Amino acid sequence: MDPKIETKHVNFYYGSVHCLNDVTLHIKEHEITALIGPSGCGKSTFLRTLNRMNDIIPGTRIEGEVLLDKQNIYERGVDVVELRKRVGMVFQQPNPFPKSIFENIAFGPKRLGLSHKLNLDEVVEKSLRAAALWGEVKDNLHKSALALSGGQQQRLCIARVLAVEPEVILMDEPCSALDPASTLKIEELMQDLTKNYTIVIVTHNMLQAARVSEWTGFFLLGEMIEYGKTVDIFSRPKDKRTEDYITGRFG
Amino acid sequence: MVRTSFERHLHELQDDVLVLSSMVEKAIYRSMEALKNRDLELAKQVIADDSEIDRKRFDIEEKCIELIVTQQPVASDLRIIVAVLNIIIDLERIGDHSEGVGKITLMIGNEPPLKPLIDLPRMAQKTGDMLRRSLDAFVNRDAEAARRISKEDDEIDALYDQVFRELLTFMAEDSRTITRATRLIWVAHNLERSADRVTNICERVVFVVTGKMEEIGVSKY
Repeated sequence: MDPKIETKHVNFYYGSVHCLNDVTLHIKEHEITALIGPSGCGKSTFLRTLNRMNDIIPGTRIEGEVLLDKQNIYERGVDVVELRKRVGMVFQQPNPFPKSIFENIAFGPKRLGLSHKLNLDEVVEKSLRAAALWGEVKDNLHKSALALSGGQQQRLCIARVLAVEPEVILMDEPCSALDPASTLKIEELMQDLTKNYTIVIVTHNMLQAARVSEWTGFFLLGEMIEYGKTVDIFSRPKDKRTEDYITGRFG
Repeated sequence: MVRTSFERHLHELQDDVLVLSSMVEKAIYRSMEALKNRDLELAKQVIADDSEIDRKRFDIEEKCIELIVTQQPVASDLRIIVAVLNIIIDLERIGDHSEGVGKITLMIGNEPPLKPLIDLPRMAQKTGDMLRRSLDAFVNRDAEAARRISKEDDEIDALYDQVFRELLTFMAEDSRTITRATRLIWVAHNLERSADRVTNICERVVFVVTGKMEEIGVSKY
């Protein structure tokens, strides 16, 4: 099967700082890929190259190719809004809009001009169900999203991404602000979502990477040191640096 | 963020395995000593000591569980603990085989000896020696040594063949020796099984070092 996303020799610079060095990687469709590594290793920067989220940071530059279904997303003429609809993102801090739960979910489809074609009630229900939040909020859809708990807010943000029917979901430390019970819910949700979506997650929690992902990439100082089946990375890593990092002998 | 306390626990775990293996090695030699010298008291002692071995094995297993729960080991740390969990089962089983030799010695009791024992003590010596070196290979993370030791199981198999043929001759020539000869064959079988367990330990050493599970010594029996 062709990879959903393929990066070829990606180099990334913040001004003169070379922070991603020749990263080549395949991301499989309908599977979860985890990116791990110490702070500042480039894993989040790499994640953001996958939907051009770095474009908005001034003074940055990218070399190499990022292919989504074999199409280079950095080619001239690529519609970045359309790209980010296909490749959605969930951030570390839940960031619901200061609006109702309903409006949060309906925002994307409205903004993309889909509301005349779609029944927004249906979209909202479907997205909330897919994000395992429907049961908890169905009677309060018009209450403020900010009244939800942290874990619920994060699932709301996932529902908001799902509402625009993406193909890939990028998650940047989606559980680091959540308690263990909410974390578990998000992890279970991720497993369910792989039926329809491809997920790439950056996490500091190595056990989370081991629990949820099929594939793991280890980053260090802007380089991808090792990439392989998660079970292999965590039981028999090939590179000494991976071994040192995951066994806590790093630094 | 070097995990000193975890490192210390891993070392202690390894030391515990060495203690268990020396208890087991002693059981191999003493059970043979008891058989050779028809020392029924010593045979009883070997049987009694086996419960110490069992206790030690459970004690190590508990420690492994504790380390898994509290440290969530991965990579080589995980492989060491998984290897220890397997090695202690093999050690405990070798202990049971020695206990078996002790029980056979009690069964033989004061029956007149069939013949002077030569090959059986050799088998015991060789098995004990392979066992000690397999644990050295574990501590030294020496996969090559483990593979070599495992091959030496062929010598045990050859001795077993020899003992079997010799005792068969006794039985064929004089049916009154059948009971005594059969008991000695059981002893040889216990030793042969013990040496096979040593090859399992060698496989675990290879797993710790390389991460690969491979069957390295295929016993004839």
